[in-house]
Amino acid sequence: MPKKLVCDGNEAAAWGVVLSRPDMVAVYPITPQSSLAEYISQFVADGILKADLMDVEGEHSVLSVLQGAALAGARTFTASCGQGLAFMFEPYFRTPPLRLPIVMSLVTRDGISPQCVWGGQQDAMTVRETGWIHMYCETAQEILDTTIMAYKIAEHRDVMLPVNVNHDGNYLSYGVEQIELPDQADVDEFLGEKNVNWHVALDPERPMGVDPLTGGAGGIGPSLFVRYRKGLCEGMQNALAVIEDIHRQWGERFGRFYAPLVESYRMEDAEYAIVTIGSMSGAGKDAVDAARNAGEPVGLLKIKTFRPFPLEAIKAALSHVKAIGVVDRSVSFGWNCGPVFQELLSALFYLRIHIPAVSFIGGLAGADITVDHFERVIRTTADIMNTDEPLETIWLNEAD
Amino acid sequence: MKKQAKKPFDTSKIPDNLCPIATVHAELKTGDWRAERPVVDREKCVKCATCWVYCPTQCIQEKPNWFEADLTICKGCGVCAHECPHRAISMIEEAEDD
Repeated sequence: MPKKLVCDGNEAAAWGVVLSRPDMVAVYPITPQSSLAEYISQFVADGILKADLMDVEGEHSVLSVLQGAALAGARTFTASCGQGLAFMFEPYFRTPPLRLPIVMSLVTRDGISPQCVWGGQQDAMTVRETGWIHMYCETAQEILDTTIMAYKIAEHRDVMLPVNVNHDGNYLSYGVEQIELPDQADVDEFLGEKNVNWHVALDPERPMGVDPLTGGAGGIGPSLFVRYRKGLCEGMQNALAVIEDIHRQWGERFGRFYAPLVESYRMEDAEYAIVTIGSMSGAGKDAVDAARNAGEPVGLLKIKTFRPFPLEAIKAALSHVKAIGVVDRSVSFGWNCGPVFQELLSALFYLRIHIPAVSFIGGLAGADITVDHFERVIRTTADIMNTDEPLETIWLNEAD
Repeated sequence: MKKQAKKPFDTSKIPDNLCPIATVHAELKTGDWRAERPVVDREKCVKCATCWVYCPTQCIQEKPNWFEADLTICKGCGVCAHECPHRAISMIEEAEDD
């Protein structure tokens, strides 16, 4: 019988870890991930999580230790965010091309400076081009469920890539909900045999050089390097179908179906759409409901999987709308807009869908994106349907 | 020292674009990078193997009465010359026409 409990997003993630039975975990605390690290430590101390917990001196070591553990065949977990993730970057970039199926919670946080310890998605968006799979959750239950699914996705033989399960700092990390805890036996059966180091290993029984010098300007180096880069891109593309399939399997077994790549909310006859990512989507859906009641033909598209980029799913969802407004919780400094917006522009151009689009940036450094903000987003997006001019970015919390 | 007797890992079932691993020595000839090369004075060499221990590319080979670097691999870093307790190794510039 599945147990119910009341907990916040960080505890939900930790329960997802417990049920996935990793062999080794290494975590270094950083706000707003810290309580997740504490739950993990507590579960190990109480014998609920039977994993080796490595105490290390910082995030660079956290991920380096886990790379070694994965190369030795261990299922592994860590969690980080913000400045901690910045310190982790060197091994972080190295993990995907080694094809190590490490799972990490990113409790997303805004970037410093100015000094802030609050939520935002600047950290996750900054590392979106590193070969990690990125999935954004909307509720505590989805965090727990996605953490478990993440292992099955990461360890799928057609994927073999590390996965970030992202949840918004503050709003999801500390927001308390009732969640359902799946049975351990069910999760064991769902995950099956662990599948970590069949392809690359530190193992005296099968000696190999791991990550040998490759590239340069002569010999076979350059073409080898290209081969591995293309292989990584292939794994990312394979992940799209795998993520969909594993979400379907999860729904069939546990009764909770999530949109694996993108969720279409009241999009069926929508003439224009707003696009969201992460926990802001709840307020967005409430605002869409209110606008629909007032006769506005608006729908909402929520992105769950941002890496790999779900191009076909976006095509299916947006091909019939006449305008989009995209709400980001981070900044693309080079483009003076939000990064999700900027990538949607690329997708629309690639798909030959020529419609007006406008970028909204909100919720930076822990700011709330309220239903009122979304009413403005909806109003503005409705107004641009017949515009040909490029539109300036709108900063939602500017006057708060 | 126990020699590694295990057979190389069978990579035939692993996609060749999956992950950078090696089970045989690479074709890459790091000797191409060399600006200076180590020359061993065979009179001074006592086969203490200090150069063999320190060489970062592990390219030192054992000869009847001396050790010397495999010049297809030796990068010319000079660690062996620096560490040789008998000063039997000197680094000389690669001649352009050599």
